[in-house]
Amino acid sequence: MAGLNPGRAARRPALWRPLVLVCAGLYFLVPLAASVIFTVDVPGEGVTFDAYTQILGTEGFVSSLLLSLELAAATIAVVLLLMVPAMVALRLGAPRLRPVVEVVCSLPLVVPPIAFVAGLGTVLKWGPEHLSRTPLFQTFVAIQNPDFPVVLVLAYVVMALPFVYRALDAGLRAMDVRTLVEAARSCGANWPQALVRAVLPNLRGALLNSAFLTLALVLGEFTVAQLLGFRPFAVWIVNVSGSQAQLSVAVSVLSLLVTWAMLLALASFGGRARTASASRG
Amino acid sequence: MTAVVTEADTPLVAAASPKRRPRAGGWLAVLPLLAFVAIAFGLPALAMLNGAFTVKDQSSGATSYTTANMTASVQGAYLTAMLGSVKLSAVSAGLAAVLGLPLAQAVVTSPFPALREAVLTASGVLANFGGVPLAFAFVATLGNSGVLTRQLGLTDKGWDLYSFWGLVIVYLYFLIPLMVLTITPALDGLRVQWREAAQNNGATGPQYWLHVALPVLAPSLLGGLVLLFGSAFAAYATAAAMVGSSIPLVTLQIADAISGNVLVGQENVALALSLDMVLIAGLVMAVYLPLQRRSARWLA
Repeated sequence: MAGLNPGRAARRPALWRPLVLVCAGLYFLVPLAASVIFTVDVPGEGVTFDAYTQILGTEGFVSSLLLSLELAAATIAVVLLLMVPAMVALRLGAPRLRPVVEVVCSLPLVVPPIAFVAGLGTVLKWGPEHLSRTPLFQTFVAIQNPDFPVVLVLAYVVMALPFVYRALDAGLRAMDVRTLVEAARSCGANWPQALVRAVLPNLRGALLNSAFLTLALVLGEFTVAQLLGFRPFAVWIVNVSGSQAQLSVAVSVLSLLVTWAMLLALASFGGRARTASASRG
Repeated sequence: MTAVVTEADTPLVAAASPKRRPRAGGWLAVLPLLAFVAIAFGLPALAMLNGAFTVKDQSSGATSYTTANMTASVQGAYLTAMLGSVKLSAVSAGLAAVLGLPLAQAVVTSPFPALREAVLTASGVLANFGGVPLAFAFVATLGNSGVLTRQLGLTDKGWDLYSFWGLVIVYLYFLIPLMVLTITPALDGLRVQWREAAQNNGATGPQYWLHVALPVLAPSLLGGLVLLFGSAFAAYATAAAMVGSSIPLVTLQIADAISGNVLVGQENVALALSLDMVLIAGLVMAVYLPLQRRSARWLA
């Protein structure tokens, strides 16, 4: 393009591209900037950083954030333990199951979170209504323990499946699992060794990617937690917004920026890993 | 023939036994995933399906099968909410598609790889994890006591964030990034040679876009549009954190009915509404997946 028609090709993008980028930049940055101003410049008080210094001391912040982080850790562990062996097995020995797994992992996309939680709430109500005389009732009580609601982990694992499937699929596509495993087996490794020491290190980027996406999903999740009556981070932000508007906006902006920085760091890390492996072989 | 078989017998057995083991192992490795999804996802889905078609008699406690819930879910306030959701999703998805395409093209043709990486990552964050923080950022900016509202005196000019167009502006904040994410691979797939060929044949820029680029992009564009519609349709957290229930949206109605805010005994209508949503989301996917497959052909 540039070689054939240099004058036209060089002039046109120079005009429209900055224009589009500036407009988009304005639309996407103004709300963030305005939020920062909103938290810092309180009417009647002048410029103050109270909203940020108060965050740590506010009732419920630490406990709700910790709850969210614990839920995220549990969700990441469960979803990876379920998905990694399954995805590797699909490449190795059960290719006919692949469409099944693909459909199963895409199903949560068809059921919006609000519809999912409506069904989940119905199931949870069976506990007191039908099962109160059976041992299963204790299970129903236990998974709804407000200190660590296992039922949220179950829901979040389901909601993370599409993201994790895509991340792992992309990672596995970039490598030859069968050859790797066969090489490891020829060198005398047993199956778990081949998986842990040959396949997983090559999947590092995809594993990190899945973990971060799941973390971001759990930290920001509001619908399921609120409607089931639990109080992790996002629900706490909404609850606190009524009395402390500045504080809730400050926490919101921080959480958006932190998520973005995390994923950006991951992207640059992944990019470097990719170029490194490409130059190696 | 028998001779051949006996000759090949030993290597065949040797080759088959390691092959069969991983296959059994493969099933075993996939089984926990399927079992988990069956319990954590299948059970709620069945409960929803069952609840949508049953009604419980308050006095006797007996349940019976009926289509009354489904009928109720497409009448009155619920119909208004459903139409409100469809209208909001359609308008914001259309706008986001129109605005996201030039942004994606600007990012794709940008000479700075860092800009591309930053925009695409930010798009990933905003498109998938906006929710509550997003709502509050907009409340702080354009809400009743928001920074821009106060500085520019927008309230006097009739601005209200907690209205249809207010929600559209907020929804665009996660729909445009989603469009950028969806359309970028397709834009990457537009070959420079096609533009060169068009130019060699005397086509102008607009002609190239109208006759070459847009037809190639059409499946991706349509697919993106459908995906955006689905995403806006399913959004709940943003709307709930922002407007409470002053705007009729089907997600807000479901939430109200589940928590028993409106009337007792509306839980099953909430399940029927959920089923309506699943049907619409399923329709969205049924349109999206073939379009995506079609556009993938050009990217190969």
